[in-house]
Amino acid sequence: MEFTSKDLGNARTVLKIRGLKVGLVGRPGAAPVLDGIDLDIRAGETHCLVGESGSGKSVTSLCAMGLLPRGALETTGGSIDLEGIEITTARPARMRELRARRIAMIFQEPMTALNPVLRVGEQIEEVLNMHTDLSQSEARSRTIDMMEQVHLPDVQRIYSAFPHQLSGGQRQRIMIAMALILDPDLLIADEPTTALDVTTQLQILKLIAEMQHRHGTAVLFITHDMGVVAEIADTVSVMQSGRIVERAPIRDLLTNPQETYTRKLLQAVPNLAPRAARGAAAAPDVITVKALDMTYGGGGFFRKAAGVKAAQDVSFAIAPGRTLGIVGESGSGKSTVARCILRLIDPTAGQVTVAGTEIAHLSRRQLQPHRKHFQIVFQDPYRSLNPRWTVARSLCEGPVNFGTPREAAMSHAAELMALVDLPRDALDRYPHQFSGGQRQRIAIARAVAMKPDLLVADEAVSALDVSVQAQVLDLLDDIQEKFGVAMLFITHDLRVAAQICDEVLVMQKGRVVEQGPAAAVLSDPAHTYTRTLIEAAPGRLWDFANFRALDHAPARQGATA
Amino acid sequence: MFVYILKRVLATIPVMLIVAIFVFLLLRLTPGDPAAILAGDAATPAQLERIRDRLGLNDPLLTQFFTWMGQLLRGDLGVSLLSNTSVAGMLADRLGPTINIALMTITISVALAVPMGVIAAWRHRTWVDFLVMSFSVLGFSVPVFVIGYILIQIFAIELRWVPVQGYKSPGDGFGAFFSRAILPSLTLATIYIALIARMTRASMLEVLGEDYIRTARAKGVRENVVLFRHALRNAAVPILTIIGTGFALLISGVVVTESVFNIPGIGRLTVDAILARDYPVIQAMILLTAGIYVFVNLLVDVSYSFFDPRIRY
Repeated sequence: MEFTSKDLGNARTVLKIRGLKVGLVGRPGAAPVLDGIDLDIRAGETHCLVGESGSGKSVTSLCAMGLLPRGALETTGGSIDLEGIEITTARPARMRELRARRIAMIFQEPMTALNPVLRVGEQIEEVLNMHTDLSQSEARSRTIDMMEQVHLPDVQRIYSAFPHQLSGGQRQRIMIAMALILDPDLLIADEPTTALDVTTQLQILKLIAEMQHRHGTAVLFITHDMGVVAEIADTVSVMQSGRIVERAPIRDLLTNPQETYTRKLLQAVPNLAPRAARGAAAAPDVITVKALDMTYGGGGFFRKAAGVKAAQDVSFAIAPGRTLGIVGESGSGKSTVARCILRLIDPTAGQVTVAGTEIAHLSRRQLQPHRKHFQIVFQDPYRSLNPRWTVARSLCEGPVNFGTPREAAMSHAAELMALVDLPRDALDRYPHQFSGGQRQRIAIARAVAMKPDLLVADEAVSALDVSVQAQVLDLLDDIQEKFGVAMLFITHDLRVAAQICDEVLVMQKGRVVEQGPAAAVLSDPAHTYTRTLIEAAPGRLWDFANFRALDHAPARQGATA
Repeated sequence: MFVYILKRVLATIPVMLIVAIFVFLLLRLTPGDPAAILAGDAATPAQLERIRDRLGLNDPLLTQFFTWMGQLLRGDLGVSLLSNTSVAGMLADRLGPTINIALMTITISVALAVPMGVIAAWRHRTWVDFLVMSFSVLGFSVPVFVIGYILIQIFAIELRWVPVQGYKSPGDGFGAFFSRAILPSLTLATIYIALIARMTRASMLEVLGEDYIRTARAKGVRENVVLFRHALRNAAVPILTIIGTGFALLISGVVVTESVFNIPGIGRLTVDAILARDYPVIQAMILLTAGIYVFVNLLVDVSYSFFDPRIRY
């Protein structure tokens, strides 16, 4: 594994943060959000700020931009020095001058970070209009030039496009163009690739590195993804509960972490080397899918539209106690397949047999009694539980609908709380009283309460921090062992797939490009697309959990051990 | 864009057709003889027969409908039973004052309410916000006629700035029109200011929490540009909806204000027609009101697409 090897010995310090404290407005007694942060970033350096959600990474960056949410957070101490300018005490007008000109920022979700009703070219140009005296035509040509620098295709057309007309990667390029057009000294990138596909992520990381190299920009890169850190960082600061617990050059941090917390964080990173498949069960398959097709649209008021083929000719089977992973990038059709199987949408053609019944073309009414055989856990635990219902009510609703007496459902719910490692009194509480990981446990308990034969997990751990992710994956493993449930696991994350799947099915643009045992597909991919995906996975040559490099591309566990 | 507008326009046709059928049936399906209803209590059998003949009530229902629709499309709305003049003419006379007052009201409302809502959202949970919200509650709660009489008392009777009542069309000079229209407009505007300010504030609060607002600030954009260029356009759709509905309501529901200020508008025409059971006028009023609602909604739908490019499908 090659790390970046920049010589920053004589580089000037662009940003110097000392003893920075941030607290909740109006609650001086409450625990501080930031508790004495020290941070130095030199010109040309990429400084990664890592930590789990709520550790204060984003607050630190917003502080440096002077963009703390008004009325909610405030700086209570310390200093932020941007090449001699004190930011914590700068007046709003002064701060506005500094933004974009000296210090710029890009955000996680380029769709929501761009204004949907303004043309993207205008949004870049606005920076010039605010900060320079360029004429309209000069501003325009400089904008076009910047858009070319970030390698956007067909620049004239994209200039007049609206954000929703661009791809995720193009939107993030627009954000980067906007941030760097005035050549700022410091670029703050807050999870800029988290919402992107791995192949797009790779391109954006390369672009940021290229721009940094060309302009000598200092980059403060916030991420929770250790793989990304391994690829790009010069220096890493690890944050936990508002403090920086460890700071080290990248190689030192990955090979010889000093703090327990850092070790824990690194050890939670799932290994890209697939686990060995479990022994095949003798029982008949729980689910068989044959030649499943799903075409969206095709209607139209004035003319017949062609329709989008979201899934074509998908076939697979899962035996009890085994897990099939569907991996692919956004738009590959993996969620479409999951929704067809659950009959949340109606497949255009093909067969889906669950627990002996062909369900693909049953009417809603006919399907109803079979619903309890298959259950789903969704990606976002913040939105998949009814906020006005207690946990008990969410857990009992399904079984009661299927005729379980309420008392029996309640006592089963209590057992489930123990199973997912939550206190029994959690049943009387509401979803907002739990953390993301706890909520996902509740969502899993809700699915399991129906005693399903098939559990579908649609990106069920993608929204969680790595350490929580590891716990939830363990929980799913336990449940599978106890109940012998078959699992369909939809994910974009090859590391997660490697950890939990027995078989893997790789999808691209609605088609299955490769399927087979996880160990075979992930360590010796036959299809170019699978290989592209694996090669784009950041930090794939580093074994985080064991603090060492992998000698060669990930191979099957056991073969290397 | 053109296709979008065309679709919207075409979609109004079935709505108007259903309204027309309803209005047609209103008279025919009312219990009793339409001729007797039209002629009133004191009609002789000969008069009834004449009316039946004139209205073609002896023809089959479908024939009657097509005859009626034919007249409608030519702009013939029948003859008022009360004044024996053409209903279309009566409406034309009365529509002017109502529309002029409505336009003035909505202009005042939007000009005041939108900035109020924007500032209240910007200064959320401060005294400014509190003030705007208090006014909003007040605007909702005080009855229209009370506001009308208070304004008359202050500006017409005490200060003598404007006449107490009456109406002059803008054709008679803008000053004459304005001095008579300002008090009724202000009276009507209070509730719409309250409504629009509230909607603007709610919609802006939501938009100001969006990521792209943070992006705009991160670019060093000035606050007024953040508010009016980045936020307000995104907040526009619900605000436009409420303005559109408000305008349509204004045209059909200004009875009290027209009475208080003695304005010869369609609100009073409607009340008079209902009290006198002047069916042709009532029918025409239903058609007109429905037509205005449909038209204003069409305008609102089309204007969405100017504010939000994602709606141009």
